Amino acid sequence: MSEQEERKSLSERRDLWEETTLQGSLDRHPERMAKFMTTSGAPVERLYTPVDTANLDYLRDLGFPGEYPYTRGVHATMHRGRLWTMRMFAGFGTAEETNARYKYLLEHGETGLSVAFDMPTLYGYDSDAPEALGEFGKCGVAVSSLADMEVLFDGIPVDKITTSMTINSPAAVIWAMYIAMAEKRGIPAEALGGTIQNDILKEYIAQKEFIFPPKPSMRLVVDTFEYGSRHLPRWNTISISGYHIREAGSTAAQELAFTLADGLEYVRWGIERGLDVDEFAPRLSFFFNSHNDFFEEIAKFRAARRIWAREMRETFGATDPRSWLLRFHTQTAGCSLTAQQPENNIVRTAWQALAAVLGGTQSLHTNSMDEALALPSEYAVKIALRTQQLIAHESGVVNTIDPLAGSYFVEAMTNRMEEETYQYFRKIEALGGVIPAVERGFFQREIAEAAYRYQMEIDTRERVVIGVNELAEAEPVRIPLLEMDPAGYERQVARLEWVRRERDSEQVGATLDALRQAARTTENTMPYILDCVRAYATLSEIMGVFREVFGEYREPTII
Amino acid sequence: MTDRRIRVLIAKPGLDGHDRGAKVIARALRDAGMEVVYTGIRQTPEMIAEAALQEDVDVVGMSILSGAHMALFPRVMELLRQNDMDDVLVVTGGIIPDEDVPALNEMGIRGIFGPGTPTDEIVDFIRENVA
Repeated sequence: MSEQEERKSLSERRDLWEETTLQGSLDRHPERMAKFMTTSGAPVERLYTPVDTANLDYLRDLGFPGEYPYTRGVHATMHRGRLWTMRMFAGFGTAEETNARYKYLLEHGETGLSVAFDMPTLYGYDSDAPEALGEFGKCGVAVSSLADMEVLFDGIPVDKITTSMTINSPAAVIWAMYIAMAEKRGIPAEALGGTIQNDILKEYIAQKEFIFPPKPSMRLVVDTFEYGSRHLPRWNTISISGYHIREAGSTAAQELAFTLADGLEYVRWGIERGLDVDEFAPRLSFFFNSHNDFFEEIAKFRAARRIWAREMRETFGATDPRSWLLRFHTQTAGCSLTAQQPENNIVRTAWQALAAVLGGTQSLHTNSMDEALALPSEYAVKIALRTQQLIAHESGVVNTIDPLAGSYFVEAMTNRMEEETYQYFRKIEALGGVIPAVERGFFQREIAEAAYRYQMEIDTRERVVIGVNELAEAEPVRIPLLEMDPAGYERQVARLEWVRRERDSEQVGATLDALRQAARTTENTMPYILDCVRAYATLSEIMGVFREVFGEYREPTII
Repeated sequence: MTDRRIRVLIAKPGLDGHDRGAKVIARALRDAGMEVVYTGIRQTPEMIAEAALQEDVDVVGMSILSGAHMALFPRVMELLRQNDMDDVLVVTGGIIPDEDVPALNEMGIRGIFGPGTPTDEIVDFIRENVA
């Protein structure tokens, strides 16, 4: 029998099964729901068979690990060779408190660092700026100058461990502080490994920590690409992020499509600057969410690798295979956590983490059970870290590569993710590209729609959330929460005042002036930012120069 | 109850850009027949009080995740009082620790809605409490 005939016969057999065995069963016991859907609201069929993957061509669509199109993984040995980096996103209060947390996490087996900055730092303000009222150290650690960065990494071997920093509008400045901190300890820039998030496009789309209009913001991003490719070969100059898009309420397919569209936009800007695509593309990295729907998430990760490899090779003509690789960090879904019965979050996080591992992640953060209530306590964060270690060492899932390949369901879902992504690519293109689509509120509207739909599904109990709309308990379950040092703010302001008093103010003025001049031209700003940072200019001062030259962006308000 | 539709200002105080909740609530209140004005993100207490006055609202709803509420909310309440808007119903939602609730009630914030609150519970609360 030919392959086609085999499929036809299989398809006929399936029809027969539906009419006989299945119908008989449904007549006696109807299914629990009229429709089954993923966390994203996508329909899920009762059964998947080879008919659903009929068009799959193994070599074209899956290939081998470490080979194009990388659907099965970016490395030939994947987690058999090296486990993912266990990288817990952490930061609160002062640099001292956060430094102690990093040491605690490293002591308990964490293998990479990840810095959470507070709101004022994310918006480029010093801790004592009027705009920072009440925000110091609340959602992360405050870093207002090189002095804070030195305390933050005191006693941590930054030449041996990689550090990821979730910073966007002020990414170049914070990165410069990290480089200068290492420099003062005698560690050259080229020895440093890590990541700056630096993904400004998703800030306009979802996370909303933009400062400047899109174009000058993109210029700063490309400045870091250029500088990094020449001076920090081990540094990921961007982490193109779907995480925040998903947290803002998007579906899995929207997360994938918008993130990859952003990625392609950065590549265009890099090329436009005159960089060779293979000069910077190998240092582009990604960051995805792992939400509740186990198979949908795995399909998303697999589709992401395939689409990126194809676009980089076919559309942009990259020839270095490292440019084709979609390497990614994953964080489990903060928005899936419930404030009610918080211990249940340990379980949610565990299977979300498992999906990330099965999806071939390079790095992972697992949320702590208390994160719908506060920043993580030591107790909660240790369980979250242990969850990764349990998956790595006890579950057995790391023993073979991409074990879900060939699953009719997973392959069909992977294909569907890819199709939806290309549909969105066409829509974005029709709007004139990513930036015009941002300015017209396209992404924001799509995400708001999806978020509202999701909430309505919960409100109408079409979607079950244990402990919230089902199995709720009258008496709240309480767990111990993190308490911050109440004297932290005073300590931070004292250090800032000390910095302003002790530094050479003429040098500060001169380096800021030089930066202002450079910002007005098309020169790469990174060397000038580094000079400001080395002179202990503060974050507000340096970002103030850019605010003055670039102006500030106001977004269209969309409900 | 008059025939006038309830007017609500949904505001995002402080630097916090997490606007998912604010937008969902704004839409839910609108779908429930209320007139909703959404300020957008990064609003100072002064901007919120001014918008409440200009829009002549019955309700101010503030959504916050960042933890800056104990610094920002008292200022909003003070400014509303200065604008003779003591009768405005002020509600809030987001990540608000239990131990802050008595102090918030004390300053006149009446509805405090944490994560997982069904939107119709908020709609009902507003309908019952708007004078």
